[in-house]
Amino acid sequence: MLAWTIYITFFGVLVLMLLPRDNARAARIVALLTAIAGCVVAFVGAIQQANPGDVTTIVKVPWIPSIGANYYLAADGISLVLVVLTGLAAVSGILFSWNIEKRTKEFFAFYLALIGGVYGVFLSFDLLLLFVFYELTIIPKYFLIARWGSTRKEYGAMKLALYSFVGSHLVLIGLIAAWVVAKGQLGHASLDLIELSKVAFPIAFQHWVFPLVFVGFAILAGMWPFHTWAPTGHVAAPTAGSMLLAGVVMKLGAYGCLRVAMVMFPEGVRMWQGEIACLAVAGIVYGAGVALVQRDFKFVIGYSSVSHMGFVLLGLATLNTIGLDGAVLQMFSHGIIAGLLFGVVGRMVYDRTHTRDFNDLETMQLGKLIPFAGVTFVIAGIASMGLPGFSGFVAEFQVLMGAWTVFPKLTILAGVGIIVGVAYTLRAVQKGFYSDAPPDAAHHDHPLEPISIPERFGAVMLIAASLVIGFFPSLLMNWIEPCFKSPLFERLLKGGAL
Amino acid sequence: MNHWLTILTLVPFIGGIVVAGLGAERKHLVRGLALATSLVGLGGAICLWLHFNAKSGDLQFVEKFDWVPTLGIQYFLGVDGLGALMVLLTAIVTPLAILASWNVEDRPHVFHALVLWLQAGLFGTFTALNFFHWFLFWELGLIPAFFLIKLWGGPKRGPAATQFFIYTMVGSVALLLSFLAIRLATGSFDFIELAGMAKSGVLTTKLQAAFGWKNIGLIIFFGAFLGFAVKVPVIPFHTWLSAAYSEAPSSVTMLLTGVMSKMGVYGFLRILLPIFPDQIRQVLTPLLWLAVATIVLSACAAFAQRDLKRIIAYSSINHLGYCLLALFAATAVATGVNNSDLQKAAALDGALLQMFNHGLTASALFLFVALLERRSGGLRGLDDFGGLRKIIPVFTGLMGIAIFSSLGLPGLNGFVGEFLIFKGVFPLAPWAAAISTIGLLVTAIFLLTLIQRVFCGPLNERWAKMPDLTTSERFLVLPSIALMFVLGIWPQFILGAVDATVVKLVQQLNF
Repeated sequence: MLAWTIYITFFGVLVLMLLPRDNARAARIVALLTAIAGCVVAFVGAIQQANPGDVTTIVKVPWIPSIGANYYLAADGISLVLVVLTGLAAVSGILFSWNIEKRTKEFFAFYLALIGGVYGVFLSFDLLLLFVFYELTIIPKYFLIARWGSTRKEYGAMKLALYSFVGSHLVLIGLIAAWVVAKGQLGHASLDLIELSKVAFPIAFQHWVFPLVFVGFAILAGMWPFHTWAPTGHVAAPTAGSMLLAGVVMKLGAYGCLRVAMVMFPEGVRMWQGEIACLAVAGIVYGAGVALVQRDFKFVIGYSSVSHMGFVLLGLATLNTIGLDGAVLQMFSHGIIAGLLFGVVGRMVYDRTHTRDFNDLETMQLGKLIPFAGVTFVIAGIASMGLPGFSGFVAEFQVLMGAWTVFPKLTILAGVGIIVGVAYTLRAVQKGFYSDAPPDAAHHDHPLEPISIPERFGAVMLIAASLVIGFFPSLLMNWIEPCFKSPLFERLLKGGAL
Repeated sequence: MNHWLTILTLVPFIGGIVVAGLGAERKHLVRGLALATSLVGLGGAICLWLHFNAKSGDLQFVEKFDWVPTLGIQYFLGVDGLGALMVLLTAIVTPLAILASWNVEDRPHVFHALVLWLQAGLFGTFTALNFFHWFLFWELGLIPAFFLIKLWGGPKRGPAATQFFIYTMVGSVALLLSFLAIRLATGSFDFIELAGMAKSGVLTTKLQAAFGWKNIGLIIFFGAFLGFAVKVPVIPFHTWLSAAYSEAPSSVTMLLTGVMSKMGVYGFLRILLPIFPDQIRQVLTPLLWLAVATIVLSACAAFAQRDLKRIIAYSSINHLGYCLLALFAATAVATGVNNSDLQKAAALDGALLQMFNHGLTASALFLFVALLERRSGGLRGLDDFGGLRKIIPVFTGLMGIAIFSSLGLPGLNGFVGEFLIFKGVFPLAPWAAAISTIGLLVTAIFLLTLIQRVFCGPLNERWAKMPDLTTSERFLVLPSIALMFVLGIWPQFILGAVDATVVKLVQQLNF
């Protein structure tokens, strides 16, 4: 069932390509219907999965037997959470890019190709297949930014593509090495993740190969100090592009860290655990601190993503069940909240005012001109600060709880990061929407276009998702938690506390 | 199983949503509905108070369900005497604040919705007994307060609101980290369960076992302490207060000082005292010094102010300082004091009474300042007035009553609370009580100065036509003034209801 998320999405790409060139309306509708279909399939498939703790095979057919590659799609609870997230992000991203007039058809074709690739990564349990989908996402990303972006779009797109390629090459080198070692131990070639997770790689080998693979993936997760693609990429991207970049693409990296690097090289993680946690907390504090001094509204959100992804990495580094639970929940939560923040800033504010500079926005009193955007940003900001009632709180809460036992001092530092997070969010709320600066009369001559229906739908959908998880985290926890009790994670967690 | 407390919390919350949905155009409907909602809340709180069994110090109206079982999170509500008293106070102050903001013209629907949500947050905070659930409301109260200051405040509202929010968040994050550590060590978020562990000494042992640090108990205590100390506030964590109180619209200041500041004291009573008695005892002397500093320095600071709102703001810190003095003194190990339990009970009784009294009196004082500002066109300096007594005698008389209540004149409510506190604290921590009396003295000086400068002396001709209280305004201040007399003469009304709770708390502290 879940595999259809991939097929439907790529089928949507095909349909879009066949559409007549100038029919923007049809392109939008096809894209939206495809995304909704994918989202519904993701939901239904996820709910139908009887046992989220186990890896449930969806399809497994031989692909390239000589190297042990299979077309192997499967899902466990972690995949389910991220597939559902992708579904939600896809639909809301389309709603927030309803106003794309330039080459609408191509835009949505690239958009859906990206989504399809993301679904593919989250459902692949074969390393080659996973890697193919992973690489597949780079191309649409590049074009979405380079063609439909703003502010230094070519630079942002190129930087993002280069960082991604460097990351995936590190991963590739690591995985080839692992493949060779595993072949020696197993006696046959295998790229099956489940099979590889049982191979006992030599400690010395894990010691150097783990950081290679982990960092390769973590580049895309925005790990400090390899995060610099993230803010520039987010800023350059069109609204839907930044929503997807922050919402799901960064999750690809974190997912790869957990699913591939950590599961395959448990001893390696334990050796590098402290270093990862340090980098994670550096990201949390640094991202927040830099966000505090930005003049460009979108850069604030861009750096806040780096800060929030730091919590995911910190959760991964704890190596205990509660921290890992929190990390996965934070992936979901940040996907929703960052999507919403970028939606407000990119679509509701920038597309109307054509500026993201706080000095200009301060004179506009947007809170009064477009109250819906103001209220939405306030709610998203509250969620992003990690106040209780929203998904961010339950996620960060568990990450911090998991981190307390392992890294008490770093946990306190992360607490400082949260406070700085509150500060930059407040600053953005004040400067962006409810400033006290004297209003500039020039802006009131041209009334801003009111917030459209698709924008309202997209915003309400994401807020609702964050609230539902904030109040009933069990909905996702029931999927995530059993995973970490499954044999797949046994080796990773056996030495951890809790 | 009953759902009284859930319903009580939901009423203002839903009322707020409806009010926000009405839109800015229907001003009268918005105000009427907001007032009606808060009156329903008041009715509910009075019902709660009447049905509350005062003879028992146990939790009543308990609701308990599993919420997120894997994290030990429960939906756990209940009130004892302390909770019921605070719910009642919230319910009394909110309608007064709504009436006081009747003249808000800028987006009245949002304003009133925020006030109602603030009330919901306060009701929730005073009834929740599981950390997660409680923290939700603790933060929920903060957001409406921020926007009420930010959007309807005075000229420097932006920085004031930000400062208020950031200070409180620093406290909240420290509090959160502390409780996460406690949850890790004990597996529980339940305040009652944790208090039980603290009494048997298990809590500290478990914390030390989980973290392997000898002083972890103190570190955790300090984090939690910070959270509440900022909210009360305790000197030196008070610097947000004067800006926030003076920039906020007066009706909001009524809520801030009347009820929100009580969240901090409530936290001390409900959480710090029962869960960290060991740690409090370890650092008792510095804590007592902090309480003394809070009392004396804030009184001196109030004396130095020239703005009526700031004067009352600092006097608020001063009044809550007495509560803290009582709380800390009550944890002291009293060897060689006769009837130490009785003294502790007196101090805590006094603290609870003082919380209620201060809520009543301080909100009334801010209300009077609001009414004065309405007449003076926004001026509220100490030296802007003079001789008003001749022009507005009724106003002068009624505000005078509130001021005398604030400085603790016998026969009015303020006296009984402070009397009980000093009666209890003197035997337990004589030096602290002795120094604190300076605070009483300075309070008397600055409040009398206020009366003198504003109401006595030669008339400032500018205000020769200032109108006296209108009939509706008289009705607005009447309930507070009446309660000041009632509680001054018959404090048993409150003491009777909280005594069993206090006795239980004292037993909890003795081991």
